[in-house]
Amino acid sequence: MERIERIDIHPTHTHGEFKLRAGRPLPFGATQMEGGVNFSISSRHASTCTLVLFKKRQSEPMAEIPFPDEFRIGNVFAIVVFGLDYEGIEYGFRMEGPYDPREGHRFDPTKILLDPYAKVIGGRDAWGTEVNWNDIYQHRGRIVFDDFDWGSDRPLEIPTEDLIIYEAHVRGFTRHASSGVKHSGTFAAIREKIPYLKELGVNCIELMPIFEFDEFENSRTHPETGELLLNYWGYSQVGFFAPKAAYAATGKFSMQVDELKALIQDLHNNGIEVFLDVVFNHTAEGNENGPTISFRGIDNQSYYMLTKEGYYYNFSGTGNTLNCNNPMVRNMVLDCLRYWAAEYHIDGFRFDLASILGRDPWGAPLSNPPLLENLAFDPILSKCKLIAEAWDAGGLYQVGSFPSYGRWAEWNGKYRDAIRKFLKGDMGLVGEMAQRIQGSPDLYWWRGPTASINFITAHDGFTLADLVSYNQKHNEANGENNNDGGNDNDSWNCGWEGPTDDPEINTLRCRQLKNAVAILMVSQGVPMILMGDEIARTQQGNNNAYCHDSELSWMDWTLLKSNADLFRFFKNCIAFRKVHAVLRNRTHLRNQDYVESGYPDISWHGVRAWQPDWSGTSRTLAFMLCGKHANNGKTQDNYIYVVMNMYWEAQMFELPGLPPGMQWHVSTNTIAPPPEDIWEPGREPLVKDQQQFLVGPRSVVVLVGK
Amino acid sequence: MEINVKSIGQVTVVEISGDIDSNTAPQAQEQVLPLVQPESKILLDMSGVEYMSSAGLRVLLSMYRQIARQNGGIVLVGLGEEIKDTMSVTGFLNFFTTRDTVDEGLQALS
Repeated sequence: MERIERIDIHPTHTHGEFKLRAGRPLPFGATQMEGGVNFSISSRHASTCTLVLFKKRQSEPMAEIPFPDEFRIGNVFAIVVFGLDYEGIEYGFRMEGPYDPREGHRFDPTKILLDPYAKVIGGRDAWGTEVNWNDIYQHRGRIVFDDFDWGSDRPLEIPTEDLIIYEAHVRGFTRHASSGVKHSGTFAAIREKIPYLKELGVNCIELMPIFEFDEFENSRTHPETGELLLNYWGYSQVGFFAPKAAYAATGKFSMQVDELKALIQDLHNNGIEVFLDVVFNHTAEGNENGPTISFRGIDNQSYYMLTKEGYYYNFSGTGNTLNCNNPMVRNMVLDCLRYWAAEYHIDGFRFDLASILGRDPWGAPLSNPPLLENLAFDPILSKCKLIAEAWDAGGLYQVGSFPSYGRWAEWNGKYRDAIRKFLKGDMGLVGEMAQRIQGSPDLYWWRGPTASINFITAHDGFTLADLVSYNQKHNEANGENNNDGGNDNDSWNCGWEGPTDDPEINTLRCRQLKNAVAILMVSQGVPMILMGDEIARTQQGNNNAYCHDSELSWMDWTLLKSNADLFRFFKNCIAFRKVHAVLRNRTHLRNQDYVESGYPDISWHGVRAWQPDWSGTSRTLAFMLCGKHANNGKTQDNYIYVVMNMYWEAQMFELPGLPPGMQWHVSTNTIAPPPEDIWEPGREPLVKDQQQFLVGPRSVVVLVGK
Repeated sequence: MEINVKSIGQVTVVEISGDIDSNTAPQAQEQVLPLVQPESKILLDMSGVEYMSSAGLRVLLSMYRQIARQNGGIVLVGLGEEIKDTMSVTGFLNFFTTRDTVDEGLQALS
């Protein structure tokens, strides 16, 4: 059917050669429309606004179009410019308004400002390319094509309790020469590694920040080594709506949006969810000495938390703090997450320093933070997983108490700390271990085990291999005299600091790695592993490798061959978890028999069955999961018995009896040399002596009763 | 950019040469989309195309959707290595049958 022509495709105003009409305030940002582009931007305190247009990559603007006064509605400037080449232009704004830092205003009309809603950002199109610092407009808004053909894809909605998360850095995952991919360090390369992720068995990849950032922010040369140190991790956003161009093989063609979507679609096709690590606590503009990129020049007083004197609060440890509970900023965060969920089919978000999102504009923690509540109840986000890093750099620590609204999960820092201490043989931990293994009901008693993201390592801190190889951090390569990075690592080097040829130490380290992942995979809650831990990736003891775009931080794929046994161990641990519903309960265990199986859902044991040693000097703990209680008794599973002996000598453990007709089989025994350290699910050999089992020094044993 | 259209048997062969970007994509769309008829078979010979922008990729996908809706068939022939790689990385290649030569393309459509 022929359509009647819309009447808003006709210009009403002109500016030089440009034909214009009043724009629509919503949606914010630059939107393609018939015959033109709708630009919309808000500022509460600007008096005038000018649209600045560039031809792509040109140093000088091709036009500056002041918004006619009648194009402003409320605090929103909106304009349609007709006849623009969507692909050939870049846009920014100039804003006039007061310069009065004490009052929070820092307008500067000499600066060209990036649109906070820019969906594509140019200027750092290829990673590490030398920057022209004389460019008057460093990070340039471009027009997005947002019409990707998703076919029948949508977010996977895997039940949270079934997730196994793999935390990865887009560039670091495949940048190493050994990765064997075509476009190393890119979204496209992750696609090539999907078979690897599937073989490992993870069903969720959590990407460290992928919003546009400037790898040259605070870049510097190490005074001794001469190494160029970059902002490699990217926890510092230039814009929240645009994927990092330099993470795309097609960034040079501005096709990063399509490339990322193609990756997500392919991951979904392979049963793998995609989580984004999002950093809403601060921006790349730093403090009053930082660059004016966007927010500072658009509406400093609204976007940032400011002291009474007009200085920047620094709850993020990076110079400024985004004013997340200002209603306008709150809307931007919500718009942003909705955009990623709806337009990119993102399955979940992990919020960096999320406690900041619960502070009021003056920094005080709120009991009912509107932003967190909005996100929890938003209809578009309602199936997205929301995960908080439940602390900030301003001293707020909310593990167990983050406002959750029944929706938010947390990075369980207490899980990490307890497992690390128990692993290295600290005393006084068995009571806490019982909580951590059950999904931390002491912290999340009404939220359930899925509130607990269990991890032993993450990007912050040691890799797993370094956790068992170093007592101290070794961050000299960061150029800060080893002062940066955490000191409370709870690590143990097994007898020698760093690499060694001592076979005894290396054997013990290898066993400790296996102990760690074995415990992680039999814990209730959601396990997360760090990129490369499955092949013992090392950072040479560096526990804060944020500035190293080098082999120090990249995943070395040759380790897959040299540490094939460890990879196989990880793979089978994950497979074991996936097979056994009794390890993945949605609600907390009750320590009771409520299905009349004759066994509690979980029971505790020691060297004597049914007699756990809860004493302060104990370093051993065993537990049995009753298969008839899986999924609240709705699923029938095997019985599982786990023994953790972190004592330095072997101990004989009496085995609890099974129901008639069942027998114990060995799934995992970390003291046994490969391939007998772990068995594929379903192929576990029978335990010869059904009465007792000798558990080696510093070892974990997992038995299956069937 | 230039477009030549000819028929070989039942197949409409469209030869495109030059760059397909936001300047030329509207023209390409205008010339090529009307060729799509119920059950039409279209061979797009791209051996003369050196660069395709996002807009160019979208012209191809529009064609694909229109052809699919009308139970037709489309084959892309002679894609340069870089264009093919770009199409693969951005997901567009998933939609298309590709062949190296026109003869192979005709065979694929028969």
